[in-house]
Amino acid sequence: MKPIYLDHSATTPVDKKVLEKMLPYFSDVYGNPSSLHSFGRESVMAVDKARKQIADHLNCDFSEIFFTSGSTESNNLAIFGLVNSFVARGFKNPHIITTEIEHPATLEPVERLVRDGLVEVTYIKPNKKGIVSAGDIKEAIKENTLLVSVMHVNSEVGAIQPIREVGKNIKKINERRLKDWQNTRVSERGEKPQQIYFHTDATQAINYLNSDVVWNYVDMLSLSSHKIYGPKGVGALYVKTGIPLRAVQLGGHQEMDKRSGTLNVSGIVGFGEAVALLSKKNVEKNNKKVSKLRDMFADGVLKSVHGAKLTTVRGEAVPSHAHFIFPGIEGESILIALDLEGVAVSTGSACASMQLKASSVLLAMGIKKEIAHSSIRFTFGKDNTEAEVKRVLKILPPIIERLHKIAPDLPEIK
Amino acid sequence: MIYTDKVIEHFKNPHNQGVIKNADAIGEKGNVGCGDLMKIYLKIKDDKIADIKFETFGCAAAIAVTSAMTDLAKSQKLEDAMAITKDDVVKSLGDLPPSKIHCSMLGIDALQEAIENYKKK
Repeated sequence: MKPIYLDHSATTPVDKKVLEKMLPYFSDVYGNPSSLHSFGRESVMAVDKARKQIADHLNCDFSEIFFTSGSTESNNLAIFGLVNSFVARGFKNPHIITTEIEHPATLEPVERLVRDGLVEVTYIKPNKKGIVSAGDIKEAIKENTLLVSVMHVNSEVGAIQPIREVGKNIKKINERRLKDWQNTRVSERGEKPQQIYFHTDATQAINYLNSDVVWNYVDMLSLSSHKIYGPKGVGALYVKTGIPLRAVQLGGHQEMDKRSGTLNVSGIVGFGEAVALLSKKNVEKNNKKVSKLRDMFADGVLKSVHGAKLTTVRGEAVPSHAHFIFPGIEGESILIALDLEGVAVSTGSACASMQLKASSVLLAMGIKKEIAHSSIRFTFGKDNTEAEVKRVLKILPPIIERLHKIAPDLPEIK
Repeated sequence: MIYTDKVIEHFKNPHNQGVIKNADAIGEKGNVGCGDLMKIYLKIKDDKIADIKFETFGCAAAIAVTSAMTDLAKSQKLEDAMAITKDDVVKSLGDLPPSKIHCSMLGIDALQEAIENYKKK
């Protein structure tokens, strides 16, 4: 039987329409977009078309989109790029605010800056639903706060973060500080107040939510192609005009000097097409379909698996996610057992699968470590079917029952 | 990370899985908070392991390790069972991914603890 893929948060299949648009850009149109001749120009045109498609979707200017290899690089560029640019100009000890539930592609660059003694950081805790409070973030803002980075959607449980509120608060604070400064007599006022910049990692949101950067009050936004039915190895960083970024990757001065490296033309073409497919109409249609499948599945599991806890709070999460805890059984054993039956899921995030520690996201949500190891993330996609959901609902309960029998009685989890 | 066929076979159909009522000794290692807990039950006759059963909370490798280890220990003299190493277990499973080697140590520890508990009796 055909295997069932329920791991769309890890990656998605390339949409056939996307693939079709990409194919000419391997062997037929292959010029280096940096070349001045006709071959190069043809590639530039393709890249610029994709840039326009993405800019239109994000409601920003064409010149504010910078192509990268994916969201990991986009986050690295946003964080290192901004901080290094200010540190190089003598800004002392900038303060960063981020959350405990970010992807490692945000947390690790921040941690390196802290270890290098370049910044100080405040981590915001989420509530039990996996959502951070915009108020907590506002309270954490200090005089030297330079960057606030909050993901739009958490990848593990799918919880939607209040980025619009965060962005709006930051904008108000920036405006008030500037006004206060302007209203101070020139002889008494110090240096012009430093603006606070707001970055969001929207990797898991683009498929489902409004990613308009103006509406969301965002200064920088990371996105990735392979999470939205586009090819792997390509992504982008939106950077609002005027924000200084010091390049991380140096070389051929591509992407207005912000990101050197020959552009992945076919990938970018596919990325643009994948974004173009996210019209309002398509998103609404897919959201409806995916959430129906997810709900059918989640309700079925809650009914048929005794003790199962749904961590994803429906209504406050993207429609794709059904993150479960099955207390008393270790998550990876469920993953392997499901895989042997042809069902692909994850224990949290693919990136965490090499690590043996309980998910820091779940621990931050206040879930006890005794049951945090017992989690499985099911993420649905636009190509899943009701028949697949029904099949998984048949396969899963006996697996849980069998693994429960293998495990000893665990008073700790009660 | 890929499991060998032997690991998968033990995971699918574990050997000696269960509980021995009136066991002569029990050993337990690991904890739920760390994601692995193994419990070994022994029935001992004439200083030999007459019967052995296990219960495991843990990943597929942890379940396979305890299953394979009980095969190695069954019918052995206590001193021979004490001498089983993690390498013996890993070898009997074909191999284990590096990140899962600690599971095999945990299984050995649980077995040794059970035997020591018996000797203390």
